[in-house]
Parts: sequence; structure tokens; C-alpha cells
Amino acid sequence: MKILVAIKRVVDYNVKVRAKADGSGVETANVKMSMNPFDEIAVEEAVRMQEAGKAKEIVAVSLGVGACQDTIRTALAMGADRGILVETDAELQPLAVAKLLKAVVEKEQPNLVILGKQAIDDDANQTGQMLAALLGWPQGTFASKVELGEGSLNVTREVDGGLETVALKLPAVVTTDLRLNEPRFVKLPNIMKAKKKPLDVLKPADLGVDVTPRLITLKVQEPPKRQAGIKVDTVAALVDKLHKEAHVI
Amino acid sequence: MSILVLAEHNNTALKAATLNTLTAAAQLGGDIAVLVAGQGCGAVAEAAAKVAGVKKVLVADAPHYANQLAETVAALIVNLAGGYTHILAPATAVGKNILPRVAALLDVAQISDIIKVESADTFVRPIYAGNVLATVQSKDPIKVITVRGTTFPAATDGGSASIESVAPIADSGASSFVGQQLTKSDRPELTAARIIVSGGRGMGNGENFKLLEAVADKLGAAVGASRAAVDAGFVPNDYQVGQTGKVVAPELYIAVGISGAIQHLAGMKDSKVIAAINKDEEAPIFQVADYGLVADLFVAMPEMAKELDKLKAAG
Repeated sequence: MKILVAIKRVVDYNVKVRAKADGSGVETANVKMSMNPFDEIAVEEAVRMQEAGKAKEIVAVSLGVGACQDTIRTALAMGADRGILVETDAELQPLAVAKLLKAVVEKEQPNLVILGKQAIDDDANQTGQMLAALLGWPQGTFASKVELGEGSLNVTREVDGGLETVALKLPAVVTTDLRLNEPRFVKLPNIMKAKKKPLDVLKPADLGVDVTPRLITLKVQEPPKRQAGIKVDTVAALVDKLHKEAHVI
Repeated sequence: MSILVLAEHNNTALKAATLNTLTAAAQLGGDIAVLVAGQGCGAVAEAAAKVAGVKKVLVADAPHYANQLAETVAALIVNLAGGYTHILAPATAVGKNILPRVAALLDVAQISDIIKVESADTFVRPIYAGNVLATVQSKDPIKVITVRGTTFPAATDGGSASIESVAPIADSGASSFVGQQLTKSDRPELTAARIIVSGGRGMGNGENFKLLEAVADKLGAAVGASRAAVDAGFVPNDYQVGQTGKVVAPELYIAVGISGAIQHLAGMKDSKVIAAINKDEEAPIFQVADYGLVADLFVAMPEMAKELDKLKAAG
């Protein structure tokens, strides 16, 4: 079985992002960038399937600026076999990403595509579902457990109120939730090895995809800040305030 | 303009998130139709028909809609989409699963998790875990939108919409429902609770959540948790409040042993009143709390249970 994993380079989750003064976007100059945490979980899941003898090859795909090669190298160091970068400086929205990934899937013919459920920059939570739709494949989103069978896949999903399990015929798309696994730390020898693994670079035009954004961002601003209130000294004082002042209990 | 709203339900009752989405739909202006896709879901259709502002309820009743799998419901919506300028669903696990599939099949963008309607084509949505708000405009002929429930009030009763059945679309059979394990609880659901008591890494283990449950039960509150507490395995993931969990806005949010990571604040900072109990006086949670108490939660929570008993006794 062949697995394709899609990964995104995003502002590191520890960075407190700020809106640019002119409201045109967020400040990304000199900000630490990392692999989207949900995509790390996707890579980890693919590598575990390979280690369990269930997958032959793992291809890591990223889309965006040249620096996404670093993100792909991280996936290769985690255990992916080769990388593909679809390189563009253009803004890529989820529908365009899904179309580009569809074109890559048609070239690579994987049996399974694993992606993070959402990227922590645009928080869209769309790409996996869109890719599944465009391919006409079933989808197992927000996965907390994935069990491979013969030609099928059972995915346990995080839903409101608990868990749900669906059975999908392969090929299929899976998007990862937090509890699926805990990604490994990359070891130095693997980083060195990853530098030698193949990484192909394509352009959106090579794939025949129009990536023109469909949504126009008019303004980006920070929400009004909540003010800190008061400190109380005792539990009794807290309960009293909540009762007599805030009238919420 | 004409708007289609996907109803969220469990085949017997209409879920509250649908009512918030209907308020967003009403702000767009135009005729509102509600789609109820399910099995034996007549009671849901009747409930939807009674909501003020709903003009028409469409019911697709078939066994393969019973569990609202994305593949089957998306195909149904796409088949109906021609008549609508806007397609909305709550930004819940169900809506987030289905709607991007609809958008891609219609070759339009989706606008996720909107918190404000500026006009029929312009919306505000949080990005970067709510640290930044983006105002976006869609030029697509059909706007496919998921709605964050906490920022729109629930639509009320007062309507008398017509109910029509629509033909189901054949199931491709690519996906099937195997089963579900829903967390059983007598407490209110997180997203619908008036009061939430949440615990963080400071709880130490899952057993200690009983201290929160004791207080929650005296308040009729739901119990939540931070991602740190979920990652540590103290409680199940559906307890999680935050960017990667549920977004809540109750009247009172009591954060216990929660430091206040950005990702947690993103999920609860719109609560009306926030109270925080933490032994670290430098914890960032105090910067957003209306009432802060620097204390050891293992002492404070049993004490709070007693104080609430006193309050109740005093009437």
C-alpha cells in the first residue's frame, strides 16, 4: 500500500501572532515556522503503518513557498520515503490546495491520503474533505483511531458527545485529530539521512490547476482584549462575588 | 436570495446549534429553507417548521441518512444546491465534516466558522485560534458557510413552515456507519451549558476530576477540560474546550488548575463571566478572569462545594 501525506508549513504554535498595523494580514516576518501539528500526527500515523508492515511507501507533499522544503525534510526525517513540493508564492486557499493534491494523487495513485484535520493558521478545516469530494473517495475526518483491513479502513472519529466509527472502502482520505498518536521526536541521524531522500519540485501550472483565491481578505484585526478583573482572597469571597455581584450563581 | 440551512439532529430532536445557525441565516436576509436529512426524522422536521423565519422544511428520509455520513448528505445537498445562494450549517463535528465536501463539489470556497455577518457576501471569521479576526468576501455564486454557534443567539419558535419531502440520492456504498460510543452524562452538554467548570493539568489525574464534578453538580454545570488535561489522559477528548476542542460561551466559566494557554483561551474567552482558581499567581488565565483566586485547588474545590451548600441553604 502507498500512503500520501499532505503537510503544511505554518507559524509555530508557540508564537503569539499579531495583525499587521495596516490590517492586510498577520506579521510573519522573522517568525518561527513549523509543520502544522495535526500534519505531524498524519506523518506519524503513516510511518507507524509502514513500521507495522502495512504500507510500502510514504510520499510527503507540501504546497507553497520554497521554504516548505524544510517542512518536507522534517517529514522525511520522521520516516517518509520521498517528498513532493508544489512550489508557488501565490496565496493558496483550501479549494486550490485540494485541487493541487488531487492532481498529485492522480499521478502517484496512493491507496490512502492522510492530512491534519485543520491548519492552525487559517483554521479552515476543509482541505481533506474537499480532496475526498474531488476524488470521489470516502472520508474519515477527525480520526482518533485508524484500523486497516483488506481493501477497507475503520476510522474512529472524534464527534460532539463522544466517538463514532465508520468503515471506508479504499482508496480513502483520513484527517487526523489530536489523540490519534503522539508524533516522535526526530533524531539527528535521521535528519542527516533525510537530506539524501528524493524531493521533487513541481509548479501549479505543471498540474494544470488554477489557484486563484476565491475569498478576498478585506481586513485582519485583533479582537478586543478582555480586561483582567479582581483577585479575591478566599473561596467564600469568590462564591459571594459570583452570587451577589455577577449574579451568575 | 435564498438560503438552505442543514439541520443538525439525532433523528428525534433538533440540536440547538441549528437555531444559532438560523439566526445567522436570518441576518443574510432572504427565504430560509431547512434540510433535515435522516431516518424517521419527522419530529425533527416538525420542530424545524416551528422556528421563526423558516419558510420551508425539506425532509430526506432514508436509511442511509440515519447517521448523516458526509458522502451521502453532501451528495443530497449538491443535488438541491441549484436553487440557493447560501448554504449554511453549524460549525459542529457534523457540519465541519459535510460542508467542505459540498463546497468542493460545487467548485466554490467555504467560509468556515463565521462569527459575524457583515453583508450577504462578507463575513468575519477567527483565524490563528481566534487571536486574529479576518473579514472575508466571497465572489462565488453560492456561499457555503459554517456558523460558530456561540456568537449568534438561538432563533425562537413562532414559525409555521411547510414541510416537503425530497427524494434521497442513491448511496454509493463507499462509507458505512459501524457504531458510536457517546459519553453518558446527566450533566448538560458543554456547548449548551449555562455554567461550565473546567479542569487543567493542575488536576493531576482523572480521579481528581470528581472534585470538579461535585461542584458542577451543585451548579447544574457541565464539566470541561483544557487540552493539557486531555493530552495527559485525565478525561476524554469531548471534554476539551479550546481551539482544537469546543468553543463555548457560557454565563459562567470556572477554570480550575488551568494555566490559560492561548489555545484554551480561544475556546472560552467569550464567556460572560470567567472565574479562575490556580495556585500560580502568574498564570495567564488571571489576565482574562473577572474573578481570580490564587489557591490550591485541592483545598479550594471542597471548600467551594461547602460554600455552595451554604448558599443553597440560605435560599
